[in-house]
Amino acid sequence: MAAAKRPELPAILVANDLREGEVVFATLEGWTRDPRRALVVQDERAAEALRDFGAKEFLRARVVDPQLVAIENAEGAPRPRHYREALRALGPSVRPDLGKQADFPL
Amino acid sequence: MYLYDEFDERLVRERVAQFASQVERRLSGALTEDEFRPLRLKNGLYLQLHSYMLRVAIPYGALNARQLRQLGFIADVHDRGYGHFTTRTNLQFHWARLKDVPTVLGLLADAGMHCIQTSGNCIRNVTADPFAGVAFDEIEDPRPVAELIRQWSSLHPEFEWLARKFKIAVSGAAQDRTVMKSHDLGVRIVRDAASGEIGYRILVGGGLGRSPMEAQILRDFLPRQDLLAYLEAALRVYNLAGRRDNKWKARIKFLVHDIGVEAFRAQVEDEFARIDKAKTNARPAEEARIAAFFAAPPYENLPGVSRKLERSIARDEELARFVEHNLTRHKRKGYAALTISLKPVGGIPGDISSDQMRVVADLAEQYSFDEARVTYAQNLVLPHVRLGDVPHIFARLKEQGLASANVGLITDIVSCPGLDYCGLATARSIPIAQALAQTFADPARQKDIGELSIKISGCINACGHHHVGAIGILGLEKKGAESYQFTLGGDPGDSYALGELLGPGLPAEKVPEAVERLVAVYLARRQPDETFIETTRRLGLAPFKTAFKEIADAVA
Repeated sequence: MAAAKRPELPAILVANDLREGEVVFATLEGWTRDPRRALVVQDERAAEALRDFGAKEFLRARVVDPQLVAIENAEGAPRPRHYREALRALGPSVRPDLGKQADFPL
Repeated sequence: MYLYDEFDERLVRERVAQFASQVERRLSGALTEDEFRPLRLKNGLYLQLHSYMLRVAIPYGALNARQLRQLGFIADVHDRGYGHFTTRTNLQFHWARLKDVPTVLGLLADAGMHCIQTSGNCIRNVTADPFAGVAFDEIEDPRPVAELIRQWSSLHPEFEWLARKFKIAVSGAAQDRTVMKSHDLGVRIVRDAASGEIGYRILVGGGLGRSPMEAQILRDFLPRQDLLAYLEAALRVYNLAGRRDNKWKARIKFLVHDIGVEAFRAQVEDEFARIDKAKTNARPAEEARIAAFFAAPPYENLPGVSRKLERSIARDEELARFVEHNLTRHKRKGYAALTISLKPVGGIPGDISSDQMRVVADLAEQYSFDEARVTYAQNLVLPHVRLGDVPHIFARLKEQGLASANVGLITDIVSCPGLDYCGLATARSIPIAQALAQTFADPARQKDIGELSIKISGCINACGHHHVGAIGILGLEKKGAESYQFTLGGDPGDSYALGELLGPGLPAEKVPEAVERLVAVYLARRQPDETFIETTRRLGLAPFKTAFKEIADAVA
């Protein structure tokens, strides 16, 4: 098996909740819908631990597609560097009344 | 309109129960995601960027008031108050919750709807001419054939696990309004010139996506009684010979392209000769049973011109524009097919709120014999409207923001959901459509430009049909940013053409300016009564490329 790609850092762990489908972020206590509360890892060891947590949660049928997402620390909330993940963390840009952007002051 | 019989009803209910059990097992962890994914896809359920998305089948785009109201109810109770009509005339709910999907499927079944085969590697929802049964240029109503194919292809045991998805369109008119040549298989109702007999021309191997191809004629004339046997032969050859080793080469178009249409035809004809036709073809009694559902409604005898409508038009410039652009000639005197544009300037192409669904349901019930249709251009149609009722319908639509008089014009933009919703997308498409609609919002300017189709896809899969847009726009990722490629000269109809690339990709903010430049070339060089696409055909790509290059060079 190919070795896992080294994560770009800092990073957060993002997944979809299995039951609801909603985008969720890993924290020290489990998962949150609030991107501001996402656990930010700064080094490779912490990133590995987060990745392992995601893999276990996937096997426990709690989340789908867990993945580490590279971020930059913006005011109040970690902001994914790639535009796709940034959209995912906010909600549809054409419907500011929906998604995280509507539920949390980001 | 077709209504479920006891067999349809049982089949759908059993499928709901089956999927409910599969969801339960997934939520308990008894099924892994790898095991569950193909099962949920068979039921139209995707996992997208923000949430699950549930795709509801609207067979050949036909809806009645009860179904529209039920979709509105589901949108309010189980989603976020709206739905999105797609280029395959389906409806997508973008905020589905897995735990609620079995309930939603039950609600759909209550109104004679389902999500079966709206996804996955199977025969997808069959599409047809949105003006079926009312078009003035119609040879025969395609809906009975489309319904027959729907029934034949639903849970067909041999074709449940094809190499790839398979899309069929049916048309019965002189003019193609189904993008037939972009389909895996097309069924065109034709009249044999010599005998006067009605039968089918079968096309094969069309498709868009990363390798767009134009469908070719497989059988020029097929006697009508042999339709299902012939379709079965074509599907069987594909199912056995189509590639399964490479997802990107697995559509039927690659098989037809690789071995040539003559060789493919020979294999289909061999298979067709072997098939037990009496066992495979539909029985005439069943065909007649289906056809009876599509009998013409009880039209009134009306004069060809409505004085009431004429008087209203004289008083109301907006209504006049609406009548000019949104009404289509009906085969019956005194009636029209009325297109409801889901493209308000600044809106999201194809989106409809639950309130709007209910208003369209009321209008369909009151004024169009309880029928509405969905078009592949993401609009709705009230197919049987009395001309004298148009002013009242227009007023009701206007109250709901549904009276945009832009059908076929530059702001009637087709757009996939793009990266605002779709997990496969590489760029956003809706904001591009919105910016373009705002740029060309002035009704007088739209009228001056005339017929012009802009089609936008947010990735190479081409759900926004960009290859067949007069101006096609494809959103890609370039160096970590959204970038938009332009094609020119695409045509979805009888003069079918795939657009040609104009140059390198542009950033989003340059897209409106680029379209302005292309339109300026057309306005400067058009001949009297020449449409945009006709001018591009006459002039070729060169003058448009030159205009485009000025913008592309400035960006570079």
